[in-house]
Amino acid sequence: MKLEKGIPLIDQHDENGYWGGKFGGNQIAESLNYPIEELTREFQKLRNDETFIAERDYYFKNFVGAPTPFIKLDNLTKHLGGAQIYCKLVSKATGGAHKAYNAVVHSLICKRLGKTYIGGDTGAGYAGKMLSMAAAKFNLKCKIFMGAKDVERQSINVFSMRSYGAEVVPVNSGSQTLVDAVSECMRWWTSENEEAHMCVGSTVGPTIFVKICAWSTAQISREMKKQVMDEFGEVPKDMKLINCVGGGSSAAGFWNEWIDYDNIELIGVEAGGPEGSSKHAAPLTNDSPIGVLHGATQYVIQDDQGEIEETDSISAGLDYPGVSPLHCFLKETGRARYTSASDEEAIEAFQLVSKNEGFVSPSLEPSHAFAEAIKIAPKLSKDTIIVVDSCGDSAKDSKIIAERLGYKI
Amino acid sequence: MTSSTLIKSFERAKEDNRAALLTYTVGGDPDKKTSLNIFKSIAESGADIIECGLGHGANIGDGGAIQDSTYRALSGGIKTDDIFEIIVDFKKDYATDVIIMTYQNKIMAYGEEDFLKKCISSKVSGIICVDWPWPLNLDFAKKCKENNIVFIQLLCPTTNEGRLKSILNDAHEVVYYISMLSTTGQKLKVSSDEIKKRFNLIKKISPDKKCIIGFGITADTINDFKDTDACVVGSALCREITRSIDEELNPATNVGNMVTDLKQKLSS
Repeated sequence: MKLEKGIPLIDQHDENGYWGGKFGGNQIAESLNYPIEELTREFQKLRNDETFIAERDYYFKNFVGAPTPFIKLDNLTKHLGGAQIYCKLVSKATGGAHKAYNAVVHSLICKRLGKTYIGGDTGAGYAGKMLSMAAAKFNLKCKIFMGAKDVERQSINVFSMRSYGAEVVPVNSGSQTLVDAVSECMRWWTSENEEAHMCVGSTVGPTIFVKICAWSTAQISREMKKQVMDEFGEVPKDMKLINCVGGGSSAAGFWNEWIDYDNIELIGVEAGGPEGSSKHAAPLTNDSPIGVLHGATQYVIQDDQGEIEETDSISAGLDYPGVSPLHCFLKETGRARYTSASDEEAIEAFQLVSKNEGFVSPSLEPSHAFAEAIKIAPKLSKDTIIVVDSCGDSAKDSKIIAERLGYKI
Repeated sequence: MTSSTLIKSFERAKEDNRAALLTYTVGGDPDKKTSLNIFKSIAESGADIIECGLGHGANIGDGGAIQDSTYRALSGGIKTDDIFEIIVDFKKDYATDVIIMTYQNKIMAYGEEDFLKKCISSKVSGIICVDWPWPLNLDFAKKCKENNIVFIQLLCPTTNEGRLKSILNDAHEVVYYISMLSTTGQKLKVSSDEIKKRFNLIKKISPDKKCIIGFGITADTINDFKDTDACVVGSALCREITRSIDEELNPATNVGNMVTDLKQKLSS
């Protein structure tokens, strides 16, 4: 399995949609073949359409708020000693996370397809919140599928979605988390695809959804590349880009422009779950078996019967048993390294970063990435640049974190 | 020689001037013993072919009724081998053909070769895999064919004519037409006439292939499909199992009664 240089990562799949001939694909019911072909054609056309690109950039800049800041975390760097720590503060994007990029692009595509109804899945609630936000802006009827357990633990985002006029459907099957929300959303689209468009909330699902999502979040590294040049005058010789990985959408976007730079290390941090528990959401780190989930082949946490196993993470956004085919490909080619952080490490990282930096208060998802940065920074020299993608804001997790730390709010 | 017995089931129904009746229930719902009794009752009530679901929790095609059945079976600890054991026990006493309907991850986890071997030794006549579309399934389909197991390709209302022809060209003796865009068990949202129009197109392209019609067919509409090759009723039967359990009645008897009624409606 080999990574090609000079070809966007999203285009390095074969004719059947498999990266490395193995990951991804369109393992879907026949009823979804037509809408997926239609969407594939439309996206191929739009990504080469200057008017569409201009429209995308207009909304990214004026509504999502691109570029998000690229800042040095002086206090954290000083506290840890060793490598210099920077942060791409993607949580400053409107809505508080990177999910706005994918939501805007899907809403624009939905309109181009002549459809007025859009549906999507959500775990932590960010994907759903941003899709509802964009749907309101673009006058689209919106339906969000969310695991009943997540509806409960991410109630702040649920409130936002409903405020934007979306219908939030709690999914009561299985583990009542993201995996079931995605299944239910795909079932809904199977019935409604003549009238409605589906937005998959991460770089998962059939190939075209992986591509659209990563193409959208690539905004993160596109703007960051300029910021890095402004800061250092050149691409630093020793740079490490650390990102949390659940489905993998923010990491795919954060790394996109840097894949061809061999000197830049890409580190993905999965959810290790509670300390001492065998449950986790880290299929890459733990070499889970390869299987088919939500229409694509990937590493997936499953039992010997092919049944998807329940995952456990304090972070709803990382609580997914599968992972993007893009990350499976990056792992197999050795381009990216994957590890995990426990719930406890993530909480500690949240505390340390918030206390030292003030302006940066990562949600539980990027707190996993910070945990890895905190682990490795002291062992590295000051010539090493670590950049962490702080892809979500902690506001939505206040209740969970406060409870964990014994505060009553 | 399972594929030939499967074709005979269609031909026998045709001699009776009706479509063949297929039933779908989830293997192992609510447990191994009851599931076997349900299959026996279905066979005795006159179903021509039994579709046995090898349920998958993270399915993307099942409606609520079948999801409930799948959940009951899986949470009762039913494993793929249990499903094969139910089929083996059933086939000891009954000649009725059994088709397995499942999802790709179930086959992958079991191992393609092992799964096929087990199908052969359990006298399974055919396999339907919901999320393994043409042409990705062709290698596996070929292996099925070599072992006299029919791999049943799926078609739907939005399969365009070019794709339809290509699929039919590669298909084995039997294909399955998903009558509407939906998951299983939803109300029929297209007219019976429209479905038959599409059925006729399939038959025009491939007169020799038997075409099963599924999705949304109930006791109220089944008679409309009398002149086709075959139709499936699934969700209504799964709902009847749920109702029987809830009301502490015998699911095998009740499902059997329902099949008798469906058969009568298909024959009248």
